[in-house]
Amino acid sequence: MRTISRRTAVIGAAALTIALAVTGCSKASTGGSPSESGTGDGGSKNLNVVFIPKNLGNPYFDASDAGGKTAVGELGGKYSQVGPQAASPDAQVQYINTAAQQHASAIVISANDPKAIGDALTQAKQSGTKVVTFDSDTDPQYRDVFVNQASPEGIAKAQVDGIAKQIGDSGEIAILSAAANATNQNAWIALMKKDLAADHPNIKLVDTVYGNDDDQTSFDKTAALLQTHPNLKGIISPTTVGIAAAARYLSTSDKKGKVALTGLGTPNQMREYVKDGTVKEFYLWNPTDLGYLAAYAAAALVDGTITGKEGDSFKAGKLGDYKVGANGEVLLGDPTAFNSSNIDQFNF
Amino acid sequence: MSTTTYRAYAHPLWRRLLLTREAAVIALVVLVSMWAYSNVPYFGDTLTLTYLLLDTTTILLIALPMTLVVITGEIDLSVASVVGLSSATMGLLHEHGVGMALACVVALLVGVVCGALNGFLVGYVGLPSLAVTIGTLALYRGVAVGLLGTTAVTDFPKDWTSKASQVIGSSGIPSVMIVFAVLAVVFILLLHFTPFGRGVYDIGLSSEAATFSGVSAKRTKLVLFVLTGVVSALAGIYFTLRYGSARGDNATGLELQVIAAVLLGGVSIFGGRGRLPGVIAGVLLIGVISSALRLQGVTVNVISIIIGLLLVLSVISTPVLARLSDAAARRSRAKRSSAGPQTVVSQ
Repeated sequence: MRTISRRTAVIGAAALTIALAVTGCSKASTGGSPSESGTGDGGSKNLNVVFIPKNLGNPYFDASDAGGKTAVGELGGKYSQVGPQAASPDAQVQYINTAAQQHASAIVISANDPKAIGDALTQAKQSGTKVVTFDSDTDPQYRDVFVNQASPEGIAKAQVDGIAKQIGDSGEIAILSAAANATNQNAWIALMKKDLAADHPNIKLVDTVYGNDDDQTSFDKTAALLQTHPNLKGIISPTTVGIAAAARYLSTSDKKGKVALTGLGTPNQMREYVKDGTVKEFYLWNPTDLGYLAAYAAAALVDGTITGKEGDSFKAGKLGDYKVGANGEVLLGDPTAFNSSNIDQFNF
Repeated sequence: MSTTTYRAYAHPLWRRLLLTREAAVIALVVLVSMWAYSNVPYFGDTLTLTYLLLDTTTILLIALPMTLVVITGEIDLSVASVVGLSSATMGLLHEHGVGMALACVVALLVGVVCGALNGFLVGYVGLPSLAVTIGTLALYRGVAVGLLGTTAVTDFPKDWTSKASQVIGSSGIPSVMIVFAVLAVVFILLLHFTPFGRGVYDIGLSSEAATFSGVSAKRTKLVLFVLTGVVSALAGIYFTLRYGSARGDNATGLELQVIAAVLLGGVSIFGGRGRLPGVIAGVLLIGVISSALRLQGVTVNVISIIIGLLLVLSVISTPVLARLSDAAARRSRAKRSSAGPQTVVSQ
């Protein structure tokens, strides 16, 4: 004990000496000011875009951020992707603060909470960083522009037109939704009913059932739908959980290929059902294009082409021209159709 | 274990203070800060200090009572759920028009109740705290999420939310640090300078021996779990105001960050050993490392790996040092013909 103490004493003393020495050194070097050398690389006009997804390791955001990386590369800027492991707002705040301190020219973020990251974004804006939200918005006052993946009208129309195409524009259809009180689902269903009444008078919506975004419930509701409505020709499921469960049921039933199924789904979940012929075509926005557009919007804010007010317009590389709409929203466009010809190009 | 602890008192006070694990952690905080100060761009800004302290306040607060709990040989895994429950309570009350001050008081009372349930089950029923608090971790979180569902309450008055991230003058130090400093002093006095605090160590070293020497392990544990509950609830109030958002899932997973910091600060998971200054340094060390690495553009998984390795190394270092020290003691005993009083005890 005694000798080890002496040894530790030596180590401790050495550590303290080093600490004091380092303190002395860095005090001296404060003359050279580390913060000054810091602003040196941040103060230049180079485009430096920081992508902050809801969380890392999420295939959806890997796809969107890959689009962002391509766009920033095309613009000759510096791209980085940082973010928390778990999708929580407090963890995102740390990355917003860091990006603001580094004087990043823009932050492109999918918000984990519309309000909780607000103060951090406001501070970032005050220090000159432009803020673009994509996928999931904050309250409008906290960001410059929101790049919206799809409008409710576009989402409704894509699915109605899709089912009409697949069943020959006439016959009975049903909707398999998520929860009965899900706001976005109900908004889409209302718009789909409007579209059906206006453009597809021979298609009859006979039932709307709710799978609560639960795989088993959605599976059971699909089975029940097919039993109660023997003449059913098609199902629309505007939820990724619902469409996957319905496809799983259909793929093993004798209705496979006879009852059409479409809706909103992700390529990774739906791949096998497209390949085995259960599903012809389904829809979702393309996250890679979403990230690409968000990066171009960020660059346009940085170089002053747009300020985020309604009517501003900018060019987004291969996607063409875009306009800022009401509330600083930029709309990506119509959803992308996924079918056997293109599904293997996507991984999310 | 006990012999090591008492043997340490054979050294003069200055040496005991200088050579402890916490001294090493404090030195490490200083060294890492100095390195980052001169090598990491923007680390020298006062903003770094502000953000670092704002981000670690929740952990700093909960680490205080957690240290005492771990020194008794127990653990409280439900703290982050209490943060969530306190946050959800505040949100729910505010939504129903209850005044902010009253909402905060009720949130603190919720913390007392949560802690009392843990403390009763551990202290008086005699159940293992690991099992009890894994249960209440799920229970309290479930209630918290149930209270608010998937919604968040965000319309807290601005004069309350702005206080949470307010800074003292131009120092860059958040005002909430005053609350922490007061609590830190209270807990340091309680643990290191009162009979209650000595009881805490006694229970950790040997619960039976502590009981024989007149320390009530039951009551002490109940008090400690209640303290942990109420401080976690306070942290929940801070968390809610800082982000202006009350959600049932606030601070999910925070319990492991608190316990990691406590262990890094030199507290033994088996109880009986550890000091608060070391724990505070442990929290700051993790904060400084994360902050510096983030500013360097290091990704979150690499930061996790580094902090994880640091924690494992610090845990390994304790038995390794103890073995080295025993070997050295034996050597020095062999050399001396007459043994000093401190060599009478050995393992």
